[in-house]
Amino acid sequence: MASAVVRKRRLQGLLFISPWLVGFLVFTLYPFVSSIYFSLTSYDVISPPEYIGLENYRNMMADPLVRKALYNTFYYAVFFIPLSTIWGICVALMLNLKVRGMTVYRTLFYIPSIVPIVASSMVWLWLLNPQYGIINGLIYLFFKVPGPGWITDPRLSKPSLILMGLWGIGQTALIYLASLQDVPESLYESAELDGANAFQKVIHVTIPMISPVILFNVIMGLIGTFQYFTQAYIMTGGGPADSTLFYALYLYNSAFRFFKMGYASAMAWLMFLVIFGLTVLTFSLSSRWVYYGGQAR
Amino acid sequence: MVNRKVMGQIFSHLLLIFFSALFALPLFWLISTSLKPNSEIFIFPPRWIPSQPFWGHYRTAIEFIPFFRYLFNTLYICALSVVGSVVSCSLVAYGFSRIEWPERDALFMVLIATMMIPFAVTMIPLFIIFNRLRWINTFRPLIVPTYFAPAFYVFLLRQFFMTIPFELSDAARIDGASEFYIYRRIILPLAKPALAVVALFQFIGSWNDFLGPLIYLRSTEKYTLALGLQQFRSALLTEWGGLMAASTLVTLPIIVLFFFTQRTFIQGISLTGLKG
Repeated sequence: MASAVVRKRRLQGLLFISPWLVGFLVFTLYPFVSSIYFSLTSYDVISPPEYIGLENYRNMMADPLVRKALYNTFYYAVFFIPLSTIWGICVALMLNLKVRGMTVYRTLFYIPSIVPIVASSMVWLWLLNPQYGIINGLIYLFFKVPGPGWITDPRLSKPSLILMGLWGIGQTALIYLASLQDVPESLYESAELDGANAFQKVIHVTIPMISPVILFNVIMGLIGTFQYFTQAYIMTGGGPADSTLFYALYLYNSAFRFFKMGYASAMAWLMFLVIFGLTVLTFSLSSRWVYYGGQAR
Repeated sequence: MVNRKVMGQIFSHLLLIFFSALFALPLFWLISTSLKPNSEIFIFPPRWIPSQPFWGHYRTAIEFIPFFRYLFNTLYICALSVVGSVVSCSLVAYGFSRIEWPERDALFMVLIATMMIPFAVTMIPLFIIFNRLRWINTFRPLIVPTYFAPAFYVFLLRQFFMTIPFELSDAARIDGASEFYIYRRIILPLAKPALAVVALFQFIGSWNDFLGPLIYLRSTEKYTLALGLQQFRSALLTEWGGLMAASTLVTLPIIVLFFFTQRTFIQGISLTGLKG
């Protein structure tokens, strides 16, 4: 009897999830597995793939542009992820202040994060324009010196893109804000009784209480950094001097400009392994700093 | 005491005004530039507000990018993707939350895991599949996958479905209702706010997408607005006024949409928030 009920429920359940199941097999699992095969071939889309063993992987190890792209991507991650975490929490704390007209402020902070990336790339190209851009205009206004070349300067191109990324922090900040509002008021009250000031309350109450959300954002940030593409494609095309050739951009170029599909698949696999490794590492280190309320650490 | 409170309020406002001005500045500068004649764009130090609004750049933008053609293409992709995501994700989320069956939670973990796979890993084989299907240079690669339940929206809807009291389903089952009936007549009407979140996010995702159209669309008459904007820039490098006008045209619909759907956005963010 029971098993007939179970069987019926399973059938119904599978029927409901069948769109995802089919999509998972066709659009995720099959591509995922077949990219292993393609990474072992030389393939230009026109003539059939030719098996070449580990050649692509060997070439990748020797490719200075792969090294450059990995360096650029790690550079971006190392600066952007911590900065966006701190800045995101700061913005969230500001948006959590008890003042009138808060919805207007929240809107202003949030809007940049929904602007199409293509459009915001154009806007920042213009803001950062060395000659007529408003940023150098303001620098001249306040300091009476000409501003730098920003994205046209290999030393400043990556920091310029990081700055632009920090402008689009609204979405992250609102996720932090939602978690800030879940922190029980009683914790702040007892901290106050112990004589904690505002800064100490943030460090010793807020941060530990929202640490699971920080972990979530750090991991999403890692994955996002390896997918960083559109801004670099549009604003710099990887230049100057390959200083903004990010991993995803080089992968795209290999596949769709040079039509080295096999090589690009090998690059995709290296990317997957790096992200996977970093995610596992982040998780295993997280038990030291992430606090899950009500559970043992 | 009162004085201190007032001071605190003033300080908070000053802080918020300063930083929100900083956040608003780029968009202000975008619109201001788009409305200036070239004689006011290329001057140093820059001028904040055009002496009088100049609409010429908008004409350039609309004529150079076949704006209405691209707008139509974009809206077409957006509309069909929204339908696809809402229908397929709500069905799948129902199966993952409202029916109990043995392998359900294990499969749901698989779904969560797929969200961690970067698009770049599957991008090339997907391109090869769509190429074999002769779908390159059609809208299909951008639309069809949304009919197979994008994982993130399934996750959002499942979160919401779990909060609907299970007694409702049980009562209907006792009355002999089928699962599909319960899905259609009980859960969907109650889940309207969450369905609106999925519709909104998918719409914005399709509207803003750049890499997808860049890979799959070849001929210019198939372009979306995002590609058109890039096309404008590569052709007219130093036409900053026109470029800012075109960027404004691509951005404005999203901001207008945001103003009409703010509550849905807030709902969406709270659904994204992970609890515990």
